[in-house]
Amino acid sequence: MSASVATGRQTAQRRAPIRRRRRSPWAFVRDNIVWVAATLALIYLLLPNVIVVLFSFNKPNGRFNYTWQRFSLDAWKNPCGAPGMCKALGLSLKIGISATIVATILGTLLAFALGRYRFRGRSAVNLLIFLPMATPEVVMGSSLLTLFASRHVGLGFKTILVAHILFCLSYVVVTVKARIAGLDPRLEQAASDLYANEFQTFTRITLPLVAPGIAAGALLAFSLSFDDYIVTNFNASPSSTTFPMFVWGSAQRGTPVQINVIGTAMFVLAVTAVAIGQFVGRRRTR
Amino acid sequence: MSSLVKTFGPFTAVDDLSLTIPQGSFFALLGPSGCGKTTTLRMVAGLEEPTSGTIHIGSSELTGTKPYQRPVNTVFQSYALFPHMTVWDNVAFGLKRRSQANVKKQVDDVLELTELTTLAKRKPAQLSGGQQQRVALARAIVNKPAVLLLDEPLGALDLKLRRQMQMELKRIQTEVGLTFVHVTHDQEEAMTMADTIAVMNAGRIEQMGPPAELYEQPRTTFAANFLGQSNLIRATVKERVGDSVVAALPTGTLRVAVSRVPEGVNEILVGIRPEKIKLHDEPVTAVDGPVGENTITGGRVIDASFIGVSTQYLVKTQWGQEVMVFEQNQGIANLNAVGDLVTMSFSADHAFALDAGQDVSAGIEFDPEAL
Repeated sequence: MSASVATGRQTAQRRAPIRRRRRSPWAFVRDNIVWVAATLALIYLLLPNVIVVLFSFNKPNGRFNYTWQRFSLDAWKNPCGAPGMCKALGLSLKIGISATIVATILGTLLAFALGRYRFRGRSAVNLLIFLPMATPEVVMGSSLLTLFASRHVGLGFKTILVAHILFCLSYVVVTVKARIAGLDPRLEQAASDLYANEFQTFTRITLPLVAPGIAAGALLAFSLSFDDYIVTNFNASPSSTTFPMFVWGSAQRGTPVQINVIGTAMFVLAVTAVAIGQFVGRRRTR
Repeated sequence: MSSLVKTFGPFTAVDDLSLTIPQGSFFALLGPSGCGKTTTLRMVAGLEEPTSGTIHIGSSELTGTKPYQRPVNTVFQSYALFPHMTVWDNVAFGLKRRSQANVKKQVDDVLELTELTTLAKRKPAQLSGGQQQRVALARAIVNKPAVLLLDEPLGALDLKLRRQMQMELKRIQTEVGLTFVHVTHDQEEAMTMADTIAVMNAGRIEQMGPPAELYEQPRTTFAANFLGQSNLIRATVKERVGDSVVAALPTGTLRVAVSRVPEGVNEILVGIRPEKIKLHDEPVTAVDGPVGENTITGGRVIDASFIGVSTQYLVKTQWGQEVMVFEQNQGIANLNAVGDLVTMSFSADHAFALDAGQDVSAGIEFDPEAL
């Protein structure tokens, strides 16, 4: 096909060279290959989200929200309509926020120690910090359960929180450490040369410069904690059902539209957060 | 500063260094990289603890105090501007930490002095190298420190901008009257700006004095070679005639003023700067101008390069040494060509003598920028 188009263009040129050449769609793709590839990749990435959003407006026949029936705002008007879902969501948020706060504080302290000081066992800690990331979640979840069971620790909110802090910690450390490594130590020397004592140097120079790393680490920790299923499932009690557990459980019996409502809300929230972050970042460098 | 010593493990960066810097002067610490000049500066700033020795400013001792307790500010080589603050906030930083009154006026005044007023709201990343350099300077001088330390602050700038900033620095120093201690490896920069230069080598001060004195009368081969270029010719002291010393060369003799010859030394190096030597065609006639008291005959021009301002010759003596000669361009009627047989002449007052028991090539460094 492309050959015939090419000859067609040649004859057109011969006949009327002044007239604008007709461009085939293939020529357009060839000239804008990067844009085309990027658009396709973006569609591939966003399609599942679009489906989630779309089906939050569905009114399914029966219990399963898998086929499109007709548009309805029922689920949006009654987001807690599915029994038990909002309780699970509340628990997930509570665990996510608690785990994020603890993991971010501990992780930031760890990152400063690893990034700034030379001490015995530093390289060992550097290596071990990667271990929770590298361990398969099934292994981590089951071994944590073994630990809790052998110590007679009752499963529930506490055990889930401990488990979540554990795997979030590594991600915070790695993110913050990268930021500290990129921080010029001469900036702190310059601050102390300019009459700032240790505390002022930390609050006015070090912390503001490391803050983007800490924020990124905290966001990462929250999203990891919020959607964790495997580790949580091992260490939860029947009364402590998190949102991912609720979704999984309901998928056996029927999926309420409200799940899509929560999914859409989370997606919009995340996009808004990123957009604000970008906007603030751009304002700052201006 | 007295008996300052700093060691890093087995390496002695600064070795028993003592010096006094007069208040209000522009003082340069000049030396090749790794000679300990930056370490010295960092010890004054408090960023490095001396292994032994003390540092005083006026009558108060600084040794052992924290950097933020010292009336000293530094202009870092990398500028170290705070990237998250505007130019104005960078400059105000030191004043605010000491809860000074009138921060706004003081900052605005300094920004005006350094011609940064229009850039006050910008972030460091939006400035050129020269502008960043001025911010670093403004951030330090706004605090009116007893001593301002400059750690190769012009190193990152291109040649033209560097020349411009040298003048600017000198102007600002004169205007604010602070004591500037400037660390540099660029001898031209040190000579242009400083009232007093201390030439440092391997953690010690080789020689200290005003630029002209250092240039005209270096006391070590290192100083002679590092500050400008020198021809060092081996000779033996023969006799004293009046107030000059006669020294024997492999062929012929040279005279050097007694005051410029180290005492009690027999084997000397007679030093002469290339621009002080005059070339005469052999046989010597009046055509090439007056002949100096010292002559070295039988030289052969082995290289000549015309560079406009002057012509640089390399002349091989009868005993095989290569002598550098720079002749001012005062008409190109009488240039010498490669292969010419010439006599070199120079005044006895222009020569200096050094103890021959030193490394003749000390201080000659390959500096790609100087070529």
